[in-house]
Amino acid sequence: MTHLRRRGFLQALAGLTVTFALPRPATAGLRSRAGDAVDGFLAIAPDGAVTVYAGKVDLGTGARIALPQIVADELGADIARVTLVEGDTALTPDQGSTGGSTGIPVGAMQIRRAAATARERLLALAATRLALPASDLEAVDGVVRPRSGGASVAFADLLADGQLALKVDPAVKLKPPNEFRYIGKPLRRPDVPAKMTGRHIYLQDFRLPDMLHARVIRPPAVGAELLSVDEATIAAIPGAKVVRIKSFLAVVAPGEWNAVRAARALVTKWSEPHRLPGSDAVYASVRAADVASSEVFRQVAETGPALAASARRFEASYHWPIQSHATMGPSCAVADVRDGAATVWTSSQGTHKNRAIFARFLGLPADRVRLVYMDGSGSYGTSGNDDAAADAALLSQALSRPVRVQWSRQDELAWDPKGPPQVLDVRAGLDAAGNVTAWETDVLVPANTAGLPGIPLLALDAAGIAQPQGSSSGQTAGNADPPYAFPAIKATVRWLRTTPLRTSNLRAPGKIGNVFAVECFTDELAAAAGADPLEFRLRALRAPRGIEALQRVATAMAWQKRPSPGVIDSKATILRGRGIAYCQYKQAENFVAMGAEVEAERTTGIVRVTRIVCAHDCGLMINPDNVRAQVEGCILQTLSRTLFEETLFDTSRVTSTDYASYPLLTFPDVPKLDIILLDRPTERPLGAGEAPAAPVAAAIANAIFDATGLRLRTAPFTPARVKAAFAATAT
Amino acid sequence: MRTITLHVNGAERPVAIDDEAMPLLYALRDTLALRGPRFGCGLGQCGACTVLIDSQAVRSCQMPVSDAQGKIVTLEGLGSPETPSPVQAAFIAAQAGQCGYCSNGMIMTVTALLGQVKHPTEEEVRAALAANLCRCGAHDRILKAAMQAAGAA
Repeated sequence: MTHLRRRGFLQALAGLTVTFALPRPATAGLRSRAGDAVDGFLAIAPDGAVTVYAGKVDLGTGARIALPQIVADELGADIARVTLVEGDTALTPDQGSTGGSTGIPVGAMQIRRAAATARERLLALAATRLALPASDLEAVDGVVRPRSGGASVAFADLLADGQLALKVDPAVKLKPPNEFRYIGKPLRRPDVPAKMTGRHIYLQDFRLPDMLHARVIRPPAVGAELLSVDEATIAAIPGAKVVRIKSFLAVVAPGEWNAVRAARALVTKWSEPHRLPGSDAVYASVRAADVASSEVFRQVAETGPALAASARRFEASYHWPIQSHATMGPSCAVADVRDGAATVWTSSQGTHKNRAIFARFLGLPADRVRLVYMDGSGSYGTSGNDDAAADAALLSQALSRPVRVQWSRQDELAWDPKGPPQVLDVRAGLDAAGNVTAWETDVLVPANTAGLPGIPLLALDAAGIAQPQGSSSGQTAGNADPPYAFPAIKATVRWLRTTPLRTSNLRAPGKIGNVFAVECFTDELAAAAGADPLEFRLRALRAPRGIEALQRVATAMAWQKRPSPGVIDSKATILRGRGIAYCQYKQAENFVAMGAEVEAERTTGIVRVTRIVCAHDCGLMINPDNVRAQVEGCILQTLSRTLFEETLFDTSRVTSTDYASYPLLTFPDVPKLDIILLDRPTERPLGAGEAPAAPVAAAIANAIFDATGLRLRTAPFTPARVKAAFAATAT
Repeated sequence: MRTITLHVNGAERPVAIDDEAMPLLYALRDTLALRGPRFGCGLGQCGACTVLIDSQAVRSCQMPVSDAQGKIVTLEGLGSPETPSPVQAAFIAAQAGQCGYCSNGMIMTVTALLGQVKHPTEEEVRAALAANLCRCGAHDRILKAAMQAAGAA
């Protein structure tokens, strides 16, 4: 591949990121997409414009400014000349799916090393050109110039064909913080003005010539088979047509509303299987599920003898509910599958991963399949986006026309893959002085099927197209062990063969429920020991950055040292309290301390969270305002999950399918937020899109305990549940 | 099939309809190719589809197109990246959206509120936005942007 050819290809695609007015694209790669080649990640045009090719995508997180900040600094470019192409399988290296808060620590650091390698190459080329030692040169604003002044030479003028076709140097020298010009600054995201004025083109806005609008008719019950379709029932709707592949059923029409009308009008008959346990029995079903394997993932000394020798022993069980991604815009996709090639426009967090999957079910070679990321509604994990993309691809292939699939609200809440239910059994002992002697956790979560390329797609199962079966929900055992230096610890995960509904990764997979159990049980032990919850934690915490995070929260809350619960006025209707929780994400990443202040209303069971204080340490912050936004989002979304959200179902189907039955946080519920960002410019940068979510539920539950003496061990903390807990203590 | 005329963003726009019950949202998005109003639920529960009709915030997913006889303003009718409205400018300054999918409803609702109450309290802003949902958790910034816009109005 030559530099010229690549440049020509890029010029041909110049309109792509701006207008998306794409002709049917070539799928053959004309430039490197290797994850270890500099020119896989970067291109410098003759006019000096820098294009960054990222396999990771923005999703509303601000990666779209953070990545240019990193590249501009390491390369020595003007950030105004840096643009980003994201998640297009024909243009970007495969950096793995966007998720797990890995965009910055993994994805951006690969690109950072590519930019630094390019800078070193440019300095070497300039050294030859200018007959000066490279050490006397610097790269600034797209030129290389002598540090002492004098004539400069532009990057583009230094680059002949293929000069950036070199391996990324994994040991390349990275700029130290004192040379950062962009990193660490709260630069504004480039997409926000267009998003606030209706100019931004979301996937939902994307249209192709000759495109049909489709609505997929999902079955009325999980696993139902389509028995019959009465096509005459939509005969009067202009242009409406039925597409059926076994039990995969859709209607299409040239106009979007007519597709909606047809989906509503079409009369169908389905079988009515009863495959689900019903949500009332969800935790019993978790306990009854076959254990595929048990894994002790943390062991410190022997817990058995230590527990046996304890002055006092405690045990409790905690439950985290099935929850939906509940994306604001239901899943959408546009596909054009014709003439032996496929292009799919998708908001997937895993376009590269999906390329092989889509190639397989479409019966096409992978190099004839292209997935192009476009912004959609925030997804927070694998929502229905991949399913919608498969819907669109199958329909487009069947019709040989471009097809746009838009899910309904009801289908999104019913059929998006869910965060799995979690059950945690925790046991611990205290010695006579109130110190923890031993801790055991058993966490029950669905197994992650080894080698599963992606979660099973709805359309393929319905259409009878074979696909690898299994489940995948992320690292759901993480943080189920305590972060404290207890003398004996044993944490076991029981990976379950079955789980009621299809699952996937949902923001901070498993960690919210696990920290809920660990940090609430820690609070239970502190209460039993008659200790202040903060002091009890600090006594057993060794991580200096964690200790600082907790202390910063305590200071901001004017924390009063006393055991929980506080003094409870038996006559008061509204009870107030404060709680604290801590975690180090995945026991290896961010340090997060969370404080909550709550009011609980005795008569109604309504819990109001009035204030959240968070101290967050993710190492070097590329863009502190992005970090702050992610921390805010993690807190408020998890507050919503903690107080309101549970996917309910009967024995056949999900029944919480709108915002009345699956309520989200609303503006009157929003607490005062105090966020403390701990600045660690010399520490490695970590993501911020998951870690701050982890301790939110625990902090709120601990504050409710402080206010009321009620220990809530099952989320969400709905008024009915809290009222019942009040009633149980009154009798 | 008949053609009706909608008054959208200061212009008269003919729209051919073959179903009187088609919600206004589909005329705006599918026929007129506007991108401000967004499909979020189709149930009037989330606010993503909000437009102004004669200065009132209206859920365009719930209003039959044939009833939309007033002057309609969409997000792109308020302003542009180059010349944003005061509310849009406040949202941009506060970076008051992550994915931005709900932003239309937030901005339209705050704009309607400020048209009625020049200097609302934060409680009034929260109440006005009570039926507008955001999943990313940008609420705090949205409130700050709204109060900023209220102060600047």
